[in-house]
Amino acid sequence: MAAVAESKGRGAAIVMAAYLLFLMLPIYWLLNMSLKTNAEILGAFSLWPRNPTLDNYRTILTDPSWYMGYVNSLIYVVMNTVISITVALPAAYAFSRYRFLGDKHLFFWLLTNRMAPAAVFALPFFQLYSSIGLFDTHIAVALAHCLFNVPLAVWILEGFMSGVPREIDETAYIDGYSFPRFFVKIFMPLIASGIGVAAFFCFMFSWVELLLSRTLTSVSAKPIAATMTRTVSASGLDWGVLAAAGILTIIPGALVIWFVRNYIAKGFALGRV
Amino acid sequence: MDKPVNNRAWFLVLPVLALVAFSAVLPLMTVVNYSVQDTFGNNQFFWAGLEWFEEVISSDRIRAALGRQILFSAIILAIEIPLGIFVALNMPKKGVWASFCLVLMALPLLIPWNVVGTIWQVFGRVDIGLLGYTLSKLGVDYNYVNDAVDAWITVVVMDVWHWTSLVALLCYAGLQSIPDAYYQAAKIDQASRWKVFRYIELPKMQGVLLIAVLLRFMDSFMIYTEPFVVTGGGPGNATTFLSIDLVKMAIGQFDLGPAAAFSLIYFLVILLISFVFYTIMTKEGETL
Repeated sequence: MAAVAESKGRGAAIVMAAYLLFLMLPIYWLLNMSLKTNAEILGAFSLWPRNPTLDNYRTILTDPSWYMGYVNSLIYVVMNTVISITVALPAAYAFSRYRFLGDKHLFFWLLTNRMAPAAVFALPFFQLYSSIGLFDTHIAVALAHCLFNVPLAVWILEGFMSGVPREIDETAYIDGYSFPRFFVKIFMPLIASGIGVAAFFCFMFSWVELLLSRTLTSVSAKPIAATMTRTVSASGLDWGVLAAAGILTIIPGALVIWFVRNYIAKGFALGRV
Repeated sequence: MDKPVNNRAWFLVLPVLALVAFSAVLPLMTVVNYSVQDTFGNNQFFWAGLEWFEEVISSDRIRAALGRQILFSAIILAIEIPLGIFVALNMPKKGVWASFCLVLMALPLLIPWNVVGTIWQVFGRVDIGLLGYTLSKLGVDYNYVNDAVDAWITVVVMDVWHWTSLVALLCYAGLQSIPDAYYQAAKIDQASRWKVFRYIELPKMQGVLLIAVLLRFMDSFMIYTEPFVVTGGGPGNATTFLSIDLVKMAIGQFDLGPAAAFSLIYFLVILLISFVFYTIMTKEGETL
């Protein structure tokens, strides 16, 4: 193994350094801008802030119309993650353990929802949720995001569950466990990492989505991403605040990645490695 | 591994079915409904048959958008898949550095899509962006607002920046599952680096690569927010991809009939191509 590592050696390190530099430069530039005043951004070109200021962040964290955007986003993202995982768990179990009438077709049909362009659904969703009085609520966005998160969660969980030997189920039933008790007490701890990964993906895709969440909200549930676009068009481009808001949207993602870093690679393979 | 047949498993699938029926089938039926009717407002609808479908299929504007979309997805796949494999091969195998690389690489994936657009919009600006400023100082005539080629390059580089990590992480997961014994055997046989890649690593990555291609194809074919923020579909219509065109039509101009017909055709195209990938994928799964 040491030999393989050596032969990779310096070349690999240079490749990785170059790639990570490419990834980080645009983010650094945003961070750089967020620490400058507008006058400095537009006035002189500099690679780092000459007079670092936290004013832009202060603007966001003290103004409810800004920081409520983060709260709204977090509320519907968490709601969506909980709903998606709750309904996906039993379904994934069914797909991984049993064969039943139409199972393969059903599985593909679920996946087709992941392939549906959000643009196709934007208008019908708007009409559907308006007509049942859910327009501009967190639950509307959470339900709309289930469109692509539930299939994904079923897919990931099914992969992880198939890795657990079926003998465990059978032994538990022989020991007199009922299905719900077996599922919660024995099975769920066994696939805990799978649940974590599935939750991570639901969080991620719900957090980054904008088209549906913007279409379904106006004031009281408006996500941060939409708050940003409106400020750009309205107040004559406040670059510093815009950059600070952007940096703040990156932080929840970075925190979540840190918690699942050991499972991330397997998770991206949807539990199928 | 044979799974027992048990039709009662349907009860476990019911919650998912109910939820997805509510959030997918209902809206889709609305779209189908619009696609065969015409309206003059006041909620009065008239049967229009296949008129809208004919209009959409023969529309030059939509054909042009479809052409751009296919070209875009092709370029994206041609760059991101090889680059992703290359990066995965160069990643540290384990330890602190591996975690470090994983976390940094996953970062672009968790940035809201309009923020990705904003980042590149700023980054490419000639007056205040690092990239645009540097290029113009080097004497390169770069301006993504007015020049169609520059706009394309910016959007493609942005997508490579945004999504190559996904391919790399998938391939990395595939590489991790190769037992050391394979490499030792290759070393004893004095296999070249290329042969190790061609006969050990590539076949082992086949499964995850198909997932990568499928995901990247679907998502690049549906791309909306990022190019919309950076270029707004311009200059002219140079970067107006299918989703951007569709949203313009449905929400901007409120042409419900043609937009609905367009949606259905769009959805069917993705479905068809994805079905081909999926069939290949499940076949692979059975032979492994």
